[in-house]
Amino acid sequence: MILLIKYTLLYGTVLSLVAFGGMFSERSGIINIALEGIMVIGGLCGVVVLSLLPATFSPFLAVVITILVAAASGCIYSLLLGFASINLKADQTIGGTALNIMATAIAMIVAKLVNGSESARVLYSNKSFLFKIGTLELNVFLIIAIVALIFAVIFLYKTKTGLRLRSCGEHPQAADSVGINVYKMRYLGVGISGLLGGIGGFAYIVPAVSEWNFEVGVSGFGFLALAVMIFGQWKPLRIFLAALFFGLFRALANISSSTFLGDLNLSSNIYNMMPFIASMIILALTSKRSRAPKAEGIPYDKGSR
Amino acid sequence: MDELNVAPETIVSNNDYIIEMREITKIFPGIIANDNITLQLKRGEIHALLGENGAGKSTLMSVLFGLYQAESGEIYKNGEKVEIKDPNDANKLGIGMVHQHFKLVDVFTVLENIILGVEPTKNGFLQKSQAREKLVELSERYMLKVDPDALVENITVGMQQRVEILKMLYRENEILIFDEPTAVLTPQEIKELMAIMVGLAQEGKSILFITHKLNEIMAVADRCTVLRKGHCMGTVDIDKTTKTELSRMMVGRDVDFIIDKAPCKVGDEMLRVEGLSVVNGHKTTVSDVSFNVRRGEIVCVAGIEGNGQSDLVYALTGLMKETGGAILYGSDRMSGGKSVGSVNGKYLHGKDTGDVVYVAKDGSNINSKFLHVGKSELNKEFCPQNDEGGHKAVSLRKINRTSIRQRNAGGISHIPEDRHKFGLVLDFPLEYNLVLQRYFEPEFCKKGILRKKNITKYANKLIVDYDIRSSLGAKSLTRSMSGGNQQKAIVAREIDKDPDLLIAVQPTRGLDVGAIEYIHKMIVRQRDNNKAVLLISLELDEVMNLSDRIYVMYEGKIVADLDPKEISVEELGLYMAGAKKMDNIGARDNPFLNEVLSIEERLNDGKLPENKRNELKKAYDSVYERFVAREHEYTRPNVREEVGNGKQ
Repeated sequence: MILLIKYTLLYGTVLSLVAFGGMFSERSGIINIALEGIMVIGGLCGVVVLSLLPATFSPFLAVVITILVAAASGCIYSLLLGFASINLKADQTIGGTALNIMATAIAMIVAKLVNGSESARVLYSNKSFLFKIGTLELNVFLIIAIVALIFAVIFLYKTKTGLRLRSCGEHPQAADSVGINVYKMRYLGVGISGLLGGIGGFAYIVPAVSEWNFEVGVSGFGFLALAVMIFGQWKPLRIFLAALFFGLFRALANISSSTFLGDLNLSSNIYNMMPFIASMIILALTSKRSRAPKAEGIPYDKGSR
Repeated sequence: MDELNVAPETIVSNNDYIIEMREITKIFPGIIANDNITLQLKRGEIHALLGENGAGKSTLMSVLFGLYQAESGEIYKNGEKVEIKDPNDANKLGIGMVHQHFKLVDVFTVLENIILGVEPTKNGFLQKSQAREKLVELSERYMLKVDPDALVENITVGMQQRVEILKMLYRENEILIFDEPTAVLTPQEIKELMAIMVGLAQEGKSILFITHKLNEIMAVADRCTVLRKGHCMGTVDIDKTTKTELSRMMVGRDVDFIIDKAPCKVGDEMLRVEGLSVVNGHKTTVSDVSFNVRRGEIVCVAGIEGNGQSDLVYALTGLMKETGGAILYGSDRMSGGKSVGSVNGKYLHGKDTGDVVYVAKDGSNINSKFLHVGKSELNKEFCPQNDEGGHKAVSLRKINRTSIRQRNAGGISHIPEDRHKFGLVLDFPLEYNLVLQRYFEPEFCKKGILRKKNITKYANKLIVDYDIRSSLGAKSLTRSMSGGNQQKAIVAREIDKDPDLLIAVQPTRGLDVGAIEYIHKMIVRQRDNNKAVLLISLELDEVMNLSDRIYVMYEGKIVADLDPKEISVEELGLYMAGAKKMDNIGARDNPFLNEVLSIEERLNDGKLPENKRNELKKAYDSVYERFVAREHEYTRPNVREEVGNGKQ
């Protein structure tokens, strides 16, 4: 049971961080398909820096620095999407897909370079990211996710910038007509999304294991996060709950062999499939009623009124 | 609208121009949109800017609002020269604009929309209560009632417009530009808006009012500047001018306001809609709608935008599937379509029908129609006799499941509401658009290869016949043509098909007086050629002038069945706004109907023994009598019927 909670929180944390990222981007009007790629880049940079830090380095500083590196790299990578879709008015889905493909390729090359070998495996120590409450092992990212949740609620609904950001995702012409810089707001949305996506990628890789093979990227978690975001109706609290729900399914897969579920003699692949099947079913059932930001996916052109 | 109670104008000194645009010239490639135009706005006046589409009104206002930079000319505010480079500059100078398409965020509250861009904050946090106080104060002062916490998507168009006005007032703008503000409003809302505008002017705001509706200008404006083809035709005092003079200035010639039509000669039923329902998404947008259109008449479905007219038309033209009811169509050009029988608004399914439906010819009024089915003698026996004592009948086909092409080829023409979305392929040359529904006909296509010469020849013929103007004739890119000429192209294509039923939706939306006049004439000509016309329009003048009968649609239902000769515009407005309703329209559930139908079905069974048959026939007669009696109860003893008969 403890194990189940541990894994649920672990995956729930990752999903909520990344889904929050997607939410910020889409609320500003940019569909962020590139979350998967942003996660890979964020995870890669964080992990590489972590593996290069000397063993004597202060654990606290190591945690702070690597997380910042992950966030910054995700943010910078996401700006590519911003540039393509905001300035060049490119199709956001195509741009995002290109970034996803590129991210895995970059990750493999860099990982192999760091290793100096044919393998894309990177080894590191994750001890400093973990802490325990009783027998329950937790990681720092849970705290970050809760902070992100509170930040998201306050930012979107209580601040001026949040109101403006939301207006750009709904009706950019209206925002423009009252003097709001739509481009700036959309860059802000994409930037925050990259930041959270980067941390999310790092959070997916580090706490669970102490080596990572970058050939697998982040195994579809970016896309799962998009499903979480839609299930959460682009609203912070709902996304958080949806993320925990999806996390639970993912956790079932992890503990299946070690608990009573193992006695059922089902292939572990079935449990691995569960979150994806659940997301398909849930999206099929809820997508009709979902209310996405109205202007998302449409490049804003000042000229067309 | 002429009898609006307009408060006395505020008196302003002649030299007190709050905004002066001097000798503005704006050139677009190939066209001079504004040629040396001077516009002077006095403080506290309502100044109308009148002109046809493409006359340069919007360009001039865009220059004032900072969206375009003029090639030459200067703008002065209170006598001081100012530079307006973008809308923010305009805002700073106190210039606000109510755009024709509201710039409101649907899912935000009224308050959020109003403060957007000028949010009061404390340490970056929104201070809504402070803004609310200001909003409440403003809305009381200017009598602009709004609910600050309602979501914009849930409020009426009229209230959305008030939100737009409050947005300008909240920003303390002094110069208010209204861009065709009445296009989307009901007559009552227009009246309110006019009163609001007068009130604002009295409070010292200066108003620029862009429109091409002369009635409104006569009602509220102090002065009017008229533009024509980029030139300023002069500024006149409304007190010293007339509607005729204004329209002559605008168009350059006299315009007929009243369409000259002969009395209508109604013929056979061409379209009958029975109990039609359409569900769009989760919302029932058309609910149990019944009406008919006959040859030689223009029937109008009036209503405010968004009351189900669009979906009704989509169902009739095949763009959308109906969820219930029947569409019956009377042209023998129609191939396909299901043969049906129909009794009093309920149609029969399946094999109990012949090839056609026989409708008693006096079924002119849908409430008194008795129609019957089938080709067998037995059925004819039950077909009620008409006035002449015969079994004269017209045939209708149920076309619910026919394809769009079948309907097109079957003589239904459709002038769509949104010419860019459904009417034209904008990036095709004009000639292809003109054969869009006919390219597969042998004349234009041989063994799958287009016969371009014939297409061009045909296009050139239409261009001449219908006076479609464009830079490169048949080869012009449709996108490059003006809205009026695009619409003319659609009208040409749809009418040249010689349709039996013309469905015209908002055929003159956004067009200027000249083009409107032309299109109205074409529609009337269609009717005079003994064709049926179904007109869907939001424009009251158009409804009143063109139609021979009016149905009013409100929230998906037909709520009134009116004669344009007998009602006033105001009364029509009340129906459109849902304030008034007629009874017994669409509510025609006759309890005896099912019984009638089931006995009929059994009678149609050939294996029925003779003695049983006679027994059944007796039963049928008595049920049918009760059915008819009940039917008469439903029939409104109204003027409509008498007038309708008089017309025939």
